[in-house]
Amino acid sequence: MIVAERKPLEQISSMIESNSNVLIVGCGECVTVCSAGGKKEVEILASAINMLRSKEGKPIEIRQETLERQCDAEYLEQLRGFIGEYEVVISMACGAGVQFMAEKYKNSLVLPALNTKFIGVTEEQGVWSERCHACGDCKLHLTGGVCPIARCSKSLLNGPCGGSTNGKCEISPDVVCGWQLIIERLSDLGQLEKYEEIIPINDWSTNRDGGPRKVVREDLRL
Amino acid sequence: MKSESRLEQILTKGEFAVTSECGPPRGADAEVIRKKGEVLKGFVDGVNVTDNQTSVVRMSSISSCVILKGLGLNPIMQMVTRDRNRIAIQSDILGAAALGINNILCLTGDHQKFGDHASAKNVFDMDSIQLVQTVKLMRDEGKFLGGEELKGSPKMFIGAAENPFADPFEIRVPRLAKKIAAGVDFIQTQCIYNLPKFEKWMKLVRDRGLHERVHILGGVTPFKSVGMANYMKKSVPGMDVPDELIERMKAAPKEKKAEEGINICIETIKRLREIEGIHGVHIMAIEWEEMVPEIVKRAGLFPRPHIEG
Repeated sequence: MIVAERKPLEQISSMIESNSNVLIVGCGECVTVCSAGGKKEVEILASAINMLRSKEGKPIEIRQETLERQCDAEYLEQLRGFIGEYEVVISMACGAGVQFMAEKYKNSLVLPALNTKFIGVTEEQGVWSERCHACGDCKLHLTGGVCPIARCSKSLLNGPCGGSTNGKCEISPDVVCGWQLIIERLSDLGQLEKYEEIIPINDWSTNRDGGPRKVVREDLRL
Repeated sequence: MKSESRLEQILTKGEFAVTSECGPPRGADAEVIRKKGEVLKGFVDGVNVTDNQTSVVRMSSISSCVILKGLGLNPIMQMVTRDRNRIAIQSDILGAAALGINNILCLTGDHQKFGDHASAKNVFDMDSIQLVQTVKLMRDEGKFLGGEELKGSPKMFIGAAENPFADPFEIRVPRLAKKIAAGVDFIQTQCIYNLPKFEKWMKLVRDRGLHERVHILGGVTPFKSVGMANYMKKSVPGMDVPDELIERMKAAPKEKKAEEGINICIETIKRLREIEGIHGVHIMAIEWEEMVPEIVKRAGLFPRPHIEG
């Protein structure tokens, strides 16, 4: 899923300082799962803003909505009837959702409430970590199912570097060395000989380096 | 000969090579690098010039190399893949070769988190092994990575670093094999303090015959103080400092700590010379370059062999 984290309340409230009403829109997909921007988080943010504004003597009218998801036009359409009544809209979706809402409602000011962090997994309750950089050319078959691009701090395709110590990355003892994981996996799978194959210099054109990306499936187009 | 490097000539003749290191200044004063160079002149066969080591901004490796070359030294240009993409890397290799630099040490580079610009964007378009392949492709096949032919190939003697003490230990020899397969000519190792572990690594290297396919120079760094020894042990990633060396430094009288550090270093060099497959020593006297001549002399490695031409 896409993992996100809510911005600090002060930053969000400073974006809407001069407004007297706001529509806060949550998203029912990834950001609900990672407890950053679902229905519950919309309620929490709304009540925090309410409290802050009451304390400041500048009450604000807040409407709360949570859509199935914000990355599909059909769900965004559900806001059509009333979005124009609000001076400002706060989207609690990932960066894609915020932008798509802004695209669909050209006259509305749409602001982000979250910082979109990464594509990752729930390691345990309350802990999420990164697994994929969306490089556009998956290499997991070469590296025992552990991604060197996302899991190595330097995205080395022929790691580890000399900074790997006790299975940890040189940047922090809290970061696991991705290449340590790759080697352990290859070893467990009886494929350690694969380690000696040099992975050639990468074609980054499928990554963000190639410009904004798009997938077109002619077979699915209407 | 692959290059006109004095280091290549020394190693090809079967002489025990001596290289050292020179960190460029944090400013534009060429005099700093000249002073360091003058100290080393005549005592080493090559001088590594670091490339923004520990991600702290310094004078560029290429320009410092040119200054040292002007003094008659044989600079080894370190190049990290942290800060340049393949366009800049190939361009700098051509430029360095045009300026008479004929050694390159291919490194990945410390993460920018260590330095004074932690908010920088890193590049890592390639890794150190792919950099070795890149230089070899340019030198031996006269081609760019993009496939086009280049005119005037860079005659570089290609080096890389290897850390026998980093984890996981089981891939340290396969990793050397990868660097050799990529086309490396010489290896400088991480600082060696744990000699038994290093000897174990070298045995594994010899078991695979790798010592006959690459020149390995053992790395040494003298301790200046107990504090430095402790710092190397605890804070430098991938460093293996046995407790007994820390104890030796502690036991030395206050005014003789530095001397004890030098003694340990010289003993290490003497032991390294006994190891089959070790073709030289790389002395990294960090901000202590003035000690290199004494180390070289006391280790019995002076004068350096004369090279024709």
